Amino acid sequence: MEVLVVQKLIAGYHKTPVLRGISLRVNKGERVVLMGPSGSGKSTLLKCIVRLVEPWSGSIIIDGINILDDGIDIKKVRQRVGFVFQSYNLFPHMTVLRNVTLPLEVVKRMDKKKAMERALKVLEIVGMTKFKDKYPLELSGGQQQRVAIARALAIDPVLLLLDEPTSALDPELREEVLETLRDVAKRGISMLIVTHELDFAEDVADRVLFMDHGIIIEEGPPYELFYNPKKDRTRRFLKTIFRRL
Amino acid sequence: MQETIFFILRIIPYLAQGLMITFYVSITSFIIGLAIASILTPLRVFLTPSLSLIVRSYIEILRGTPLLVQLFIIYFGLPSLGVKFDPLTAGIIALSLNSSAYQAEILRASIKAIPESQYYSAEALGMSTIQVYRYVILPQALRAAIPALVNELVTLVKESSLVSIIGVAELTRRGEYVVAYTFRALEAYLAVAILYFIVCMIMSQVSKILERKFRIPGYERGVF
Repeated sequence: MEVLVVQKLIAGYHKTPVLRGISLRVNKGERVVLMGPSGSGKSTLLKCIVRLVEPWSGSIIIDGINILDDGIDIKKVRQRVGFVFQSYNLFPHMTVLRNVTLPLEVVKRMDKKKAMERALKVLEIVGMTKFKDKYPLELSGGQQQRVAIARALAIDPVLLLLDEPTSALDPELREEVLETLRDVAKRGISMLIVTHELDFAEDVADRVLFMDHGIIIEEGPPYELFYNPKKDRTRRFLKTIFRRL
Repeated sequence: MQETIFFILRIIPYLAQGLMITFYVSITSFIIGLAIASILTPLRVFLTPSLSLIVRSYIEILRGTPLLVQLFIIYFGLPSLGVKFDPLTAGIIALSLNSSAYQAEILRASIKAIPESQYYSAEALGMSTIQVYRYVILPQALRAAIPALVNELVTLVKESSLVSIIGVAELTRRGEYVVAYTFRALEAYLAVAILYFIVCMIMSQVSKILERKFRIPGYERGVF
């Protein structure tokens, strides 16, 4: 059973197409990693899935609902999809705890007490409970990203989208976030992750998609794609990553 | 020298009464200006470009013409259309309208300064546009606007001296009265200047306190 089906998705900015016919699916509980060089459209694709960027054509079906249909309230869809940004994007004027309870209270309409319980529970998962009264800018990037992951988990999403969650972080801070994400992955939640962390992808991903110039050019299980890529473009890209390691 | 100081001390109670009117005029105008700006800003942010052109023109015209001329139009000009105000009211109207244009610019700039990522993040959580502004954008934008708004208030206190020309007995006008009776222009206007200066100093101190009070913890490390 698929939690996400994208078909023939075309989208872009102004008149320039960025996604040129993307089709992909994520099954329930499946963890899919999306890779590709910068400018290949990975972030745009994730943003399209919750219509932060408006697709031009194609279809996006989340948990059986085509979110591009007329009359769809996109806010309702977004309440069921977690989104983690590269630059964390916490609300700097609120405490860590408030960052997590706010969407529960105003979007999910939970009462204060239940929202608090839920928030403390997800902060526990990411190991940030003892920072609950701090403000985001008082924390390290890695800690902020863990709070952002908690905020995305709090709404109990059917699908978690992560847009390069570690690429804004210093190397020594990456590991703590990846560790958190490994824990989250173990909980059986469906995830679509844009990342270039090969070890992490190999550990966590059921499937890896490789994207270039707005289309998916190759996909497969991580070890197959990493060690025996079929397409020359994939091989060249992986080489650049390996060289960096 | 000593005599000069005594003279200044003697006229200060009289001038202080004028200072109260200066306060009244500038603070009232600031509040009315802020109210108008709070209506103009959302119109400017949300309306289509053609409709917001009206708001933009209002702002540009008020910012692009001298306050004194605006004051003259309202006090001396409008009576020929049958609209007549007493000096105090005319002064407050002119200052309010003028200030509303500047305050609208301040509010718009503060909203524009909030990075797009904050909108994305709030929208991705499923918030409605109203919620995005209410919980995420405005609390940050208003904090960012505090220094500029206090600066605008300080400007108003100083510019309110213009209403002395149409006969409002505020601080500057009272200085003129003292000069008329005593012919001691230097001392009288020095005393007036000192009072303006003290008030403006106090206001910028208050601004610093407000900034500190509403500071976002950790902000000085910078992130945006």
